[in-house]
Amino acid sequence: MKKCFLGIDIGSISTKGVIIDEDNNILYSDYLWTEGNPIEAVKRLLANLKKDFDEQKYKVVAVGTTGSARRLIGTILHASIIKNEITAHAIGTTSLYPKIRTILEIGGQDSKIILIEDGIVVDYAMNTLCAAGTGSFLSSQAKRLNVKVEDFGDIALQSKNPTKIAARCTVFAESDLVHKAQMGYKKEDIIAGLCKSVALNYLNNVGKGKNIKPPIIFQGGVSKNKGVKKAFEDLLGCEVIAPKEGHLMGALGVAILAKNSNKEIDFDFNVTDINFETRGVECHKCPNNCEIICVMQNKKLLDAWGNRCEAGSVK
Amino acid sequence: MPKPIISFPHLGNYSIPITFFLEKTTNAEVMIAPPITKKTIELGSKYSPDFVCLPFKYNLGNFIESLETGANILVQAGGGCRYGCYGEVQKQILKDLGYNFEFLSLMDNGKVSIFSIYKALKKLNKNLFFLKYFYYLLLTMLMLFFMDKIENFIRLNIGFETIKNSFKTKEKEMLNQFKQTKGFLSLIYNYLKYKSQFKHIKINKPKDCLKIGIIGELYTSMEQFSSYFIEENLAKFNIQVKRFTNLTYLLVKKKLVKKKLLREVKKYVTYDLGADGLDNVARAKYLIKKKYDGIIHIKPFGCTPEIGAIPIINKVCKDYKMPIIYFSFDAQNSDEGIKTRLEALVDMLERKRK
Repeated sequence: MKKCFLGIDIGSISTKGVIIDEDNNILYSDYLWTEGNPIEAVKRLLANLKKDFDEQKYKVVAVGTTGSARRLIGTILHASIIKNEITAHAIGTTSLYPKIRTILEIGGQDSKIILIEDGIVVDYAMNTLCAAGTGSFLSSQAKRLNVKVEDFGDIALQSKNPTKIAARCTVFAESDLVHKAQMGYKKEDIIAGLCKSVALNYLNNVGKGKNIKPPIIFQGGVSKNKGVKKAFEDLLGCEVIAPKEGHLMGALGVAILAKNSNKEIDFDFNVTDINFETRGVECHKCPNNCEIICVMQNKKLLDAWGNRCEAGSVK
Repeated sequence: MPKPIISFPHLGNYSIPITFFLEKTTNAEVMIAPPITKKTIELGSKYSPDFVCLPFKYNLGNFIESLETGANILVQAGGGCRYGCYGEVQKQILKDLGYNFEFLSLMDNGKVSIFSIYKALKKLNKNLFFLKYFYYLLLTMLMLFFMDKIENFIRLNIGFETIKNSFKTKEKEMLNQFKQTKGFLSLIYNYLKYKSQFKHIKINKPKDCLKIGIIGELYTSMEQFSSYFIEENLAKFNIQVKRFTNLTYLLVKKKLVKKKLLREVKKYVTYDLGADGLDNVARAKYLIKKKYDGIIHIKPFGCTPEIGAIPIINKVCKDYKMPIIYFSFDAQNSDEGIKTRLEALVDMLERKRK
């Protein structure tokens, strides 16, 4: 039986999973919506992966988690490694594209830039106080314009004359968009303008002062949008790669990290049958009222976190 | 007239020397504001202008909680940026809320000096002789100096303690002793005693450990609650931390080194940048020279002097290929994003070494 390794990236919008072999080849992968319930999403993901999984030939010996729900899912699956998404993305991407210098990443709720030299991260940034120009903004605007967000890219590419839309802040972008639509601008011009404003916003905020050098790779959910990809190419003046498996890089990276951690665990796909519950409790032992999250497995406490001092420790 | 009870905003552990000083010079009761919690910042944000910077909100929260627990005299200092105007605005907000209190600003003509503090204290204690005031001022300054010395030592070593919390417990013990200071002799005796005890705490520190310097705005540097305990979080990754800003620096050293700093960063800065802007550019350069692995720059959201300094610091770091990340703090609730970035920074620095 051959060893293989599972990496799961649980983002705010989508959950991604890959299983790799010992040479970092992706054997199986899946991708679905988180729908605000990371535990259920991971259960569905594992059920999907199990369907194709060849249990005679392979055995999952290590699990890694990343993404914003990494700790919750990592606790439930007793993961070998729980890693932040910046490191995971960098490792995943450089394993497939060793020469890459810049990673642009726009996800559902956040965006980041990672700069790489000789295969190691030298600088990075993540959007801080504002979620402007991320996937969720594009989805909500697609709804307003009554087009599918999946078709955004193709429609944008038809435009010959993109409308100017404010890039500083989504509130301004939105009011600009409404205004331009009422003025009678064509839909494709507005959509192309919107794609450009996402790219501009990204470069002005996350990319500010960063040394962006080719080859550049563009990943995360928004990279599927050809309009934004083209806007980046126009603004940066060079080719931008948007690979097919761009959404899986985080999961791949953390699978590789799990492999390298040398911490083998007893993983069973049947974890989907176990009942997990989370409960938020307020501590009330001082006015800080820390919100403590308790994870229960079949009504038994598995782990808890969120307390700032010893008074609030549950275990 | 009710019995006077003095209170003042928190700033790290400095409530101990400040209380000591006020008690000795005013003969009034001094009440330390209730410890900063989420409730403090909620109260502060609720009654502050939305775009004012974070220290204002924390200070206001402290004042409200102090007034609610019985204080009736509030003391506020001032600083080199718009912090200097905060006292007046806070006083007005609190009066508008209907609180009855006396507000004591340590500033005179926009500056804090030995004489402005004396003048302010004289209002509370008419019998305060200048010599007595000066004696306690010196004693308190020495206490601050010792505290800062010990804290610097702790930051360098706490990430490597073999028994959890051994540094924190010892520090608490020392501060309790400092509270009971009788005079110069007892203070110096205690300092020397604890200094040697700190040196004997067991640590497991490798020679080539990761080293990170924290630079940035003064309040977020000194009040750990406001930076989501960034130093504690770094210590968990076994890192040696260097921080420059403390009261010893701000009250004494800053004035003395200004010309020297300007000379050192002549290539990048021609004039003083206001508040600690210039200092931070020079600190970045110092950390590069001392071969630190990375720099973290922290500031409250909207801190003008630091916003002016950031592009210059960025250039310095670019020229010397020094990794640096920036944090802007406001009254948000979740610290997940901060932990993610810190973890990524540590990963990056570790991989770079290999």
